Amino acid sequence: MAHTRTLGRQAGFYSTSTVLAVLFLFPMVWTLYSSVHGQQATNGADPDGYGLANYRRLFDYGAGIGSYLVNSVVVSLITVVVTVVLATFGGYAIARFDFPGKNVLFLVTLAILMVPYTTILIPLYVFLGWIHLQNSLLGLALVLAVFQLPFGLFMMRNSFESLPIELEESALIDGCTPTGALRRVLLRGVIPGLVTVALFAFLASWNEFVAPLIFLTDGSKFTLPVALFNLQSGNNNVVDFGALQSGVVIAAVPCVVIFLLLQRFYVRGFTSGAVKG
Amino acid sequence: MTLVASRERRRTAPPRGTRRRSALRRRRAYTGALYAAPMAVIVGVLFVIPLGLMLWMSVNDWPLLGASSPNGLKNYKVLSDSLLTDAIWFTVKYTIVTTVVLSLISFGLALLVQEQRPGIGLFRSVFFLPAAVGLASASLLFYSLFVNDQSPLNSVARWLGLTHGTVDWLGTSNHALASVVGMITWRFAGFYMLILMTGLQAIDPQLFEAARTDGANRWQIMRSITLPLLRPSLALMLILSITGSLLAFDQFFILTGGRQHTATAVIAIYRQAFIRQDLGGAAAISVVVLAVLLIINGAQLFILRRER
Repeated sequence: MAHTRTLGRQAGFYSTSTVLAVLFLFPMVWTLYSSVHGQQATNGADPDGYGLANYRRLFDYGAGIGSYLVNSVVVSLITVVVTVVLATFGGYAIARFDFPGKNVLFLVTLAILMVPYTTILIPLYVFLGWIHLQNSLLGLALVLAVFQLPFGLFMMRNSFESLPIELEESALIDGCTPTGALRRVLLRGVIPGLVTVALFAFLASWNEFVAPLIFLTDGSKFTLPVALFNLQSGNNNVVDFGALQSGVVIAAVPCVVIFLLLQRFYVRGFTSGAVKG
Repeated sequence: MTLVASRERRRTAPPRGTRRRSALRRRRAYTGALYAAPMAVIVGVLFVIPLGLMLWMSVNDWPLLGASSPNGLKNYKVLSDSLLTDAIWFTVKYTIVTTVVLSLISFGLALLVQEQRPGIGLFRSVFFLPAAVGLASASLLFYSLFVNDQSPLNSVARWLGLTHGTVDWLGTSNHALASVVGMITWRFAGFYMLILMTGLQAIDPQLFEAARTDGANRWQIMRSITLPLLRPSLALMLILSITGSLLAFDQFFILTGGRQHTATAVIAIYRQAFIRQDLGGAAAISVVVLAVLLIINGAQLFILRRER
């Protein structure tokens, strides 16, 4: 009796979950499927065949999808590197050193979380113009990095604090400078935190839409999401859905792959209790 | 007695080595400040200065192109503009609907996948997967689903008996709202599921067992154990969902362009700045939106603190 009841429950769980899983996968699977299937995908040759014509048209779109991809990669790389470097040095400083202004710096950096950046994009737009970083991939990446810093700093400070202090002391006694201790001994211990920070910075910068939309005025500098938005909204309401869908596939695949590879680091970010959504 | 005496002595005559130690400490402070300096500079230049500039711009006549000049509080008159008040009401409505729908579905998912069973990791990953897709990409993906003639969405709706013809998924304000909420649920449910699941797993399983042996039914367990102990995770989810929805931009900008009365507060900022070419007015709206968010987040943190 009890046995059949648990069996029934198991069946209930697996059937509910499977239906839900199909629902969650459906939009992505359909997009992938219709990017390579049908009239547009085969250049009109076969309404029920498979082809790569959508991707070929996309590659010739605007300045060429290749250059938008390069822009996106450049912005993401700079954002990730700047975030990781600043958060690592900053986290080390705040976890292990006493210096004047330390608490103020920590609080101001965390306060960025409270000020959602869409509300300061307008002054940032003006300010980037003053320092000649408007319409620049570097300027965009620096702004995106700033908004990754609260999470990054929090994560790295916790990572350094969770390392035993003896580890650093023994390195210092062995004649290491603080920088040597950081490079040779401590860095290995904080690598999981570092990967988590890099992962969050990558996903955020790769997918960012409103900041590049405002900061970048030169069409050849657009990142992938903005270029795809132009593909969708331009051309007098005639939308090339095939090209759009292949663009969505190209934009989504790196994130999905990286996420699946680094899943456990993502979950780490959650359990550390500080996520900016 | 001796202890007090030695403490007194230390205060009056510091033992040797203190000077060396304080020099060492000063050097360590110097090193620490040096490590923190790059971050401090970037945060100062790209966060603190723009924040101040926002306040300054909001009291200036500041066109998109050309010179600016102080104009007092005139920019704040934009707050009585009916287009803006429309956008604010729509944003509030969207925030409430999204947060309620998302909370219920995410909580259901979290309950579904919290227990360890064979294959559970696969289901968790599948539910979470949409969160790896960017919000703009997700919006473009759903644009094809909603608008394309080839989309299977209408056949599905007919099959479910929801409609006989074709649905204009983005055609009216309410249709667009429902469609966007559906898309956002798809995109974020797995993300919030993960937050709630982490919270559920942190609850001591012995509590559930004890309640069960005491004869509590499922509803009683839910109300007096699960929900109260899940409060921190629920609060985190609410803060993220409310803040995120109040700042909604990508989904409406891409799916409706803010037409059919679906402009949000951030779309209003964008419109004020780049269509009306009035950066001062846009800064004024930004100041107000920021103040509202600070109040909401402050209130939520305050409530959280008090309950802990």
